Amino acid sequence: MTTVTTRPTAPPPGPPVKSRRRRGPRLSARVRRAGLPYLLLLPAVLLELLIHIGPMAVGIWMSFRDLTQQYIRTWDTAPWVGLDNFSVAVDVDAPVGEALLQSFFVTCAFTVLAVGLAWLLGVTAAILMQENFGGRGALRGFFLTPYALPVYAAVITWSFMLQRDNGMVNHVVHEQLGLTETPPFWLIGDNSFVSLVVVAVWRTWPFAFLIIMAALQNIPRELYEAAQVDGAGIWQQIRKITLPSLRPVNQVLVLVLFLWTFNDFNVPYLLFGKAAPESADLISIHIYQSSFVTWDFGAGAAMSVLLLLFLMVVTAVYLLVTSRERKHDG
Amino acid sequence: MADTIRRSPTAPPNSFMWTRRVILTLLALFTAVPLYVMISSSLKPLHDVTGSFQWIPSEITFSAYVDIWDTVPLARYFLNSLIVAGAATACSVVIATFAAYAVSRYRFRGRRVFTVTILSTQMLPGILFLLPLFLIFVNIGNTTGIALYGSRGALILTYLTFTLPFSIWMLIGYFDSIPRDLDEAAMVDGCGALGALFRVVVPAAVPGIIAVTIYSFMTAWGEVLFASVMTNEQTRTLAIGLNGYATQTQVYWNQVMAASLVASLPIVAGFLLLQRYLVAGLTAGAVK
Repeated sequence: MTTVTTRPTAPPPGPPVKSRRRRGPRLSARVRRAGLPYLLLLPAVLLELLIHIGPMAVGIWMSFRDLTQQYIRTWDTAPWVGLDNFSVAVDVDAPVGEALLQSFFVTCAFTVLAVGLAWLLGVTAAILMQENFGGRGALRGFFLTPYALPVYAAVITWSFMLQRDNGMVNHVVHEQLGLTETPPFWLIGDNSFVSLVVVAVWRTWPFAFLIIMAALQNIPRELYEAAQVDGAGIWQQIRKITLPSLRPVNQVLVLVLFLWTFNDFNVPYLLFGKAAPESADLISIHIYQSSFVTWDFGAGAAMSVLLLLFLMVVTAVYLLVTSRERKHDG
Repeated sequence: MADTIRRSPTAPPNSFMWTRRVILTLLALFTAVPLYVMISSSLKPLHDVTGSFQWIPSEITFSAYVDIWDTVPLARYFLNSLIVAGAATACSVVIATFAAYAVSRYRFRGRRVFTVTILSTQMLPGILFLLPLFLIFVNIGNTTGIALYGSRGALILTYLTFTLPFSIWMLIGYFDSIPRDLDEAAMVDGCGALGALFRVVVPAAVPGIIAVTIYSFMTAWGEVLFASVMTNEQTRTLAIGLNGYATQTQVYWNQVMAASLVASLPIVAGFLLLQRYLVAGLTAGAVK
């Protein structure tokens, strides 16, 4: 039966095949069945080409052109410059390359801190709330609120709190606790890095919490019951059962948090505007600024391509390492 | 019955109870302070938010909630956000339903290429697509005279760059969790593949579809990057309108907070009402 190869899943029972054969020519039915998945996929594939694949190809093409302001409306006339945009971007002795490298380091430090803290808070809260207690449901909904808030509403509120003269943070730090001589600036200078991390963690830890809460529900209760029979206390149960069971979820969660945080544009843009302070100049906002503020799209596109390569390498290495670990465990 | 379900016959030790109390209280405070600042400031008169910060409003007034509709075209921003987020969500959910059904139920050439493409584009930052899309729109406008740049339609298209791959990915996971026997039984009963999709798979996947809808709408409603470049005064969304309002030289913070609350309320209410679907959808989809 050759039809089996084109058939989607398990072969259906006999009678329908017979009746179908009677109804029309066999070939057209086969073609129709083989073509159906492509037909269903057609809109998605067309859109993917239009909004992802096409623009990415155009982005790569742009990175080889000298696309400055005068060529924006007539891009086909922009001169071909080969790898010039790339060599400027990676030349760490020149201002452009130096700034890009600085932005890269800031982004890495920010990502490690923000992902680490968001994950830690999420896992801790989820484990502490694994067992039912009075008010658990309400508290859970409350913890998720920062994640549900539109990012701009949350970040604008934080930027009000971080204002130097009429903000809540300086009211507490300077006026109520008297920790500083003068009210510090939180949105310019070195402090802006701290502000960025705190705001990012405030917004993302509920997501980690949500995912871990969901994963905890899938741990079989019998495991805990057996451990209790063996005399394990609650801390031992967390260490020996809960944390190991969360490992597969953690691997996905950390990767997703990494990609979101590393690529974060919203928080720095809303906190600092189009040009972020040096200590909070994340890579997305750096590329944005290079393109839409200085209007050098060739340079912006070259930096985008470099970012794309970096993300691909990191993700591939991460997936390789974690899948190998999983094999070792199994 | 409830007693036998409960995990531990003995209460957890005091050390655990205290750890739980302390940590959860601190986290609740961390969560609550910005929310409190937002709500209380929106109820303050202007002179309370211009000087030094005050925890307690000197008087409670709703004037900020009245004034925002005049000081900024908030209603227009609201409508723009609603149209753009709604259209992007509707498009991606419908298209994703067909695509996810094909991927989940059929084995065909190119299937793996498709899923890998979806997964990787979902993880890429928006800035990678923004630059080329901006230039494509500007140049199409320049050669053909079609004003894509600044239009709502173009913004909806750019929003699909993040709502579509996410929706497809989540729905593949959700459809995979629905037993095949169900749609095979429907096909034996004479339904075609599309009949099985609409009569069996879609109804069984309602929680997953709701989850995808909320998530897409939430992300589109809060989107900043594309809207900051692709909109003009007429098509500006809440995100950009409010941000512009909050970065003027003279900021009426009580009004900004009131406007932020008004923009957040529908989303937060919808999220909290439907969060169990989101959890169900995420467990079946993203966290397999």
